[in-house]
Amino acid sequence: MRTLYTWLCISTTVFAAASGDVLVALAMRRIGDLGDLRRSQGFVAVMIRLLSSGVLFGGVFFMTIAFFSNLIGLSWADLSLVGPASAALTFIANAIAAKWFLHENVDRRRWLATIFVCCGVLLLTRS
Amino acid sequence: MTFRKYLVILSIALFGSVGDAFLARGMKDAGSIGLYHVTHVLSVLANPFVIIGILSLLVFMYSYMTALSFADLSYVLPATALGYVNMVLLSILWLHEHVSRQRWMGVAFIVIGVGLVAGGPSRTENHHPAVSESAAIEERV
Repeated sequence: MRTLYTWLCISTTVFAAASGDVLVALAMRRIGDLGDLRRSQGFVAVMIRLLSSGVLFGGVFFMTIAFFSNLIGLSWADLSLVGPASAALTFIANAIAAKWFLHENVDRRRWLATIFVCCGVLLLTRS
Repeated sequence: MTFRKYLVILSIALFGSVGDAFLARGMKDAGSIGLYHVTHVLSVLANPFVIIGILSLLVFMYSYMTALSFADLSYVLPATALGYVNMVLLSILWLHEHVSRQRWMGVAFIVIGVGLVAGGPSRTENHHPAVSESAAIEERV
């Protein structure tokens, strides 16, 4: 039962983290370069733009679910299982989501980079 | 990509890994949290390690949003994996831990992955409606 709960937490974390990342990325595209905005209109204008974005709040909502789901997962199982499983699966889920929902050009180079990073994370955290 | 933008990516890696480390330490103090007592997770928020972890993650979040405002999600995410390399370096320099050959291989894989993605463009062209809207908003600004 403990294993089932752990994988339920990992699945929830991956789904919520990918959804949150996609929504935040979409919101930031709509808002534009924060550095340029801060230089041209000041920090207050940046905060107003951020706080008035509904999509950004949607992303933060999903990220909050991922955060608490990860916390609960860490209390059920070791970091050596929850950490690499969540991280590696989230990298892959995000690459797929970036291609399908954000229409990013995830070319061979980026897929290769994602796979290298996943392997690296697994090697680091499972050893 | 300017030097400032590389600094933003580096701050994501730094504050993300530090925040995770403090959260993991804090959750060790809390023990197991049952699915029927999920509200107990709120009591963990009083733990100083969890508080430092959350503050680090807030800095991470601002840096992350800044990075996503000038680069693709599929560019930013692999780059943030440098945080894992940061953790290995911290364990050697600060905790004087022995790092196995397998972990060094993991570091090498991540560095190659980050190098691959960093060598390409940070923002790719597309015709998504959201981007058209973004361009329109930027023009108005």
